[in-house]
Amino acid sequence: MAKKTPEINSSSTADIAFLLLCYFLMTTTMGDQSGLQRRLPPIPDKETAQDQKVNRRNIVIVRINSADKLFAGNEAMDISLLKDKMKEFLSNPADSPELPEKEEKEIEGKKYMVSKGVISLQNDRGTSYQAYIAVQNELVKAVNELRDEFSMREFGRRFHLLSEDQQDIVKKVVPQNISEAEPKDTGKK
Amino acid sequence: MSKFGGSRNNKSVPGISSGSLSDIVFMLLFFFMVTTQMRETENKVIVKLPEATEAAKLERKDLSANINIGSPTRQYQAMYGTDARIQLNDSFKTIDDIRDFIASERDAMSEADRSLMTVNLRVDEDVRMGIVSDVKQELRRCSALKIMYASRKPGGDK
Repeated sequence: MAKKTPEINSSSTADIAFLLLCYFLMTTTMGDQSGLQRRLPPIPDKETAQDQKVNRRNIVIVRINSADKLFAGNEAMDISLLKDKMKEFLSNPADSPELPEKEEKEIEGKKYMVSKGVISLQNDRGTSYQAYIAVQNELVKAVNELRDEFSMREFGRRFHLLSEDQQDIVKKVVPQNISEAEPKDTGKK
Repeated sequence: MSKFGGSRNNKSVPGISSGSLSDIVFMLLFFFMVTTQMRETENKVIVKLPEATEAAKLERKDLSANINIGSPTRQYQAMYGTDARIQLNDSFKTIDDIRDFIASERDAMSEADRSLMTVNLRVDEDVRMGIVSDVKQELRRCSALKIMYASRKPGGDK
């Protein structure tokens, strides 16, 4: 009854699709947006210069000089040792009077001891970015490991497996206090 | 000769149907459309990101403003030299242009999202910190305080 229609040759759809594919391959990039997130300190007002009053024991200065050498506190240090040193500094397990004091804070109805320690990261203008990121990475790793340890103690699970509310609690108990100081004008470029 | 005992000398092989080829290619196409994003700018500086094991993914990609710092690519080296330069959008800029750049990026966002804007610092690993510090100071002055040091996870490609 119905007229027989000739079949449409579909072999060229593959070519069309290939063209489209090539177009998208050329014009797009893989989303590789990952990195270390930070908050810069706001520009301080002249009248609020009370930041200087941070207690000596609560601050550790991590310096990277122009030859990418690392100093933590006042001693030269290899980057592989930095993480453990920072963990000790931030957690102060033995309540040593040289390490940062802790403050009792009430978070979500429970009391926790929160360290007041601040890591101050300083760099020279000649420091290479690679060394800088390597140090930043070690500092973040120290904080992340402390958070993991705390989550295991408190909730019995690792940090990234916790619910969002629990993560917020952990973040408050183990804050990421890394301050990026104003660049020191050492004169040489 | 024939393995399957066919006594008939049937030499003609049935042609492979290419009808499903287009389906396969379309599937590839959709894969790329979903996993990639439009390249908004052409890279004029070479950026090889440093490695960091603790790198975390940026949640809102649309709320980020990119600042590229690195030495110019080959074709621009004659004009701009090999010193580290800042690239905003599509052209080489200086520190002073960052303020305008941040302002225009802010304007492009909706009111509610402005405070969530993250400045994505894509810096080559061989760059000295001097220029990065300058950029950071300028960002502080513009009160664009959320920043991210773009880095890649070791082992992963690019």
